[in-house]
Amino acid sequence: MPQTRIAGWGRQFVEGEELKPETLDGAPPVLFRGLGRSYGDSSLPAASSPLVVNTTRANRIIAFDPATGVLRAEAGLALVDINRTFLPRGWFVPVTPGTSLVTLGGMVAADVHGKNHHVEGCFGAHVTRLKMRVADGRVLECGPDLERELFLATVAGMGLTGQILEVEFGMRRIPTPWIWQESERVANIEEYVEKLKESAKDWPMTVGWIDCLSRGANLGRGFLMKGRWAQAHEAPAKFPRELPKIRFPFTAPEFLLSQATVKTFNFGLYNSHFQKKKVGLTDPFRFFYPLDTVLDWNRAYGRRGLTQYQCVLPDSAGTGAARKFLEVLSSRGGASFLCVIKDCGPESAAYLSFPRKGISIALDIAIRSDTQELVDALNEHVLNAGGRIYLAKDQFTRPEHFRAMESRLPAFQAVREKWDPEKKFKSAQSVRLFGD
Amino acid sequence: MRRVAILGGTRGMGRSIARRFVERGDWVVLLGRDEDELGRSKADLEARGAPGVRVATTRCDLEHPESFRPALEAAEQLLEGIDTVVVTAGLFATQEKLEQDPVFAQKLLTVDFANTVVFCEEARKKLLLRGKGTLCVFSSVAGDRGRKPVVIYGAAKAGLSAYLEGLDHKYRSQGLVTVCVKPGFVHTGMTSGLPTPPFAGEPDDVAQAVIEAIDAGTPVVYAPAIWRAVMTAIKAMPRFVMRRAGF
Ligand SMILES: Cc1cc2nc3c(=O)[nH]c(=O)nc-3n(C[C@H](O)[C@H](O)[C@H](O)COP(=O)(O)OP(=O)(O)OC[C@H]3O[C@@H](n4cnc5c(N)ncnc54)[C@H](O)[C@@H]3O)c2cc1C
Ligand SMILES: NC(=O)c1ccc[n+]([C@@H]2O[C@H](COP(=O)([O-])OP(=O)(O)OC[C@H]3O[C@@H](n4cnc5c(N)ncnc54)[C@H](OP(=O)(O)O)[C@@H]3O)[C@@H](O)[C@H]2O)c1
Repeated sequence: MPQTRIAGWGRQFVEGEELKPETLDGAPPVLFRGLGRSYGDSSLPAASSPLVVNTTRANRIIAFDPATGVLRAEAGLALVDINRTFLPRGWFVPVTPGTSLVTLGGMVAADVHGKNHHVEGCFGAHVTRLKMRVADGRVLECGPDLERELFLATVAGMGLTGQILEVEFGMRRIPTPWIWQESERVANIEEYVEKLKESAKDWPMTVGWIDCLSRGANLGRGFLMKGRWAQAHEAPAKFPRELPKIRFPFTAPEFLLSQATVKTFNFGLYNSHFQKKKVGLTDPFRFFYPLDTVLDWNRAYGRRGLTQYQCVLPDSAGTGAARKFLEVLSSRGGASFLCVIKDCGPESAAYLSFPRKGISIALDIAIRSDTQELVDALNEHVLNAGGRIYLAKDQFTRPEHFRAMESRLPAFQAVREKWDPEKKFKSAQSVRLFGD
Repeated sequence: MRRVAILGGTRGMGRSIARRFVERGDWVVLLGRDEDELGRSKADLEARGAPGVRVATTRCDLEHPESFRPALEAAEQLLEGIDTVVVTAGLFATQEKLEQDPVFAQKLLTVDFANTVVFCEEARKKLLLRGKGTLCVFSSVAGDRGRKPVVIYGAAKAGLSAYLEGLDHKYRSQGLVTVCVKPGFVHTGMTSGLPTPPFAGEPDDVAQAVIEAIDAGTPVVYAPAIWRAVMTAIKAMPRFVMRRAGF
């Protein structure tokens, strides 16, 4: 098996070996990874065990029941593939992340959330069964009512409890394949958070972005977007056309990577992502996955790559915490131009699930020599506010910070210890954060 | 609507081709050697298929020529007739491995050439009996010229390409359309672990091109298409250059 360079979406490469079998049956007992859309080191092999299994060829649907919407498939099935098959038939996943280039296994292992978290919770909340292979080689099923402990540790468990072979979950009927969307301008961070929470009462999907460079009274001005599936009488009878895909052609050279270019790129991207002032119909591709139209857009960040910082600030910390977060960010030289802020509903019972009642803030950061200090500073603020970071995005958090943020970590580790005492399943991230 | 028998549809390019057929409403019967794999692929195709699509499976092993006729007969029964036969099944090994293991080399030569031809002969007879039909078989760019990394595998594929060309000349006027697919390097289980050369393709894109070729009756299709130009250049190279070249 030749050595290859393996990276997450942030393009931080490690040396490793990647198997890509069509069936997961005989896979060795090592970390699984999907489409590598986690930004940081979640899907990367630990240096001490360089082999990983890529699941993306194990992508067969096992069963779909149109009476109930229950779909069961191999863990490597990609969301883009599910959408291609099921959107035209009037079905959609209950929870989608902001890219469709993820696998079912990755959606479970990160317990992904979407714009509807305040209503539907995370993806794991809709999973009825997982077929897994655990460290001793046994293949077993788990779910909310079966081997519950293992299930709750595997959902959001970042691949550390075993290999997810198959996922069964409930799809949702949608009235049309179109989205009704409304957006509004918001003057500052306080107003943003207030409106975000208010919209949650009437809208199943909310999201927005704020300008991280504005200061003072304008700090946190931005756009708030609200959406719902359009009803038949509001929408055309035809199926929406997907945007044509383009590929970012090369890894941007260093000289292009000035602050200004990255910001312009960032802005352009998000600007096309979140259409301004708009009331009316849009389609699910633009609404959920606008970034998917530029394949390999992460190459715009050049050889050093990027990271995403995403945290949740609990409601209990008050809106002051959001303002303070932005102040910490801008005091560090405005590493990012835009932040995406989403509403989070109640915490899931899955031990390491990221969201909790509050707001989530996410920003892409081009990696530079001071990135570690920036992440440290943001983490200290988040820790004080009682929040936590999202492992699926993380590459820089220090173990002591994560331990302090995640009170459920000992419980997770205890379940993991029971199922995988030898730590056969570990990642570069689990070595960094949990000392595996 | 086509009624398609696919030998090798459980994995790789065959899997992608089977999916494209059922998505647009064609009926498919999968021929293969592993009951469990066939069952899983059938379920996948049924879930993806357009309404009313029929999917079936039957046992057939390219290593066992005696399984060919019963398999094709079963396929005809299951779909009430077959008008298209696709063969993607095949073996691959590096030249290094084939030089070290003559037993395996013989098996590869048998499966990829002799048995594939025997299978095609059975399929040809069945399709001609119906009056018309399409036989689409996966050869390889490796068969276009004798080259260092594919001496033995390339020889089998060269034989197969020659057979398919002959078939096309002889039977097209009688209604049998032959499509010879020559993939370049495509990312599948067959090539995993090999270093990726330039112009590598994806199975879904190959499937698209192959189905277009089947519909159009194109006798030779390179996939990805750029390999036509690549192989034209390689075929034009003088021997003394090829002797030095590593590819
Ligand atoms: C543009 C963009 C937008 C995004 N938007 C969102 C968003 O809105 N909400 C959100 O929650 N996330 C979001 N993400 C993050 C992404 O959804 C998650 O990182 C997801 O896990 C990626 O899935 P993947 O298949 O690429 O998994 P990978 O990145 O390959 O792996 C992620 C983790 O899952 C584990 N894993 C994968 N498959 C298996 C398996 N079969 N068995 C066991 N473990 C497995 C891996 O070990 C790893 O720890 C976004 C990412 C990008 C690039
Ligand atoms: N991939 C490339 O880069 C490439 C390049 C040039 C040419 N080709 C040719 O293209 C064709 C398809 O390649 P691929 O990469 O898609 O292959 P693949 O992924 O290895 O799939 C091969 C398929 O053939 C089946 N098969 C193998 N041996 C069989 C046997 N004895 N009896 C019945 N079925 C058998 C397999 O079924 P099981 O599930 O039972 O194993 C599988 O479905 C092959 O002929 C190959 O030589 C490939």
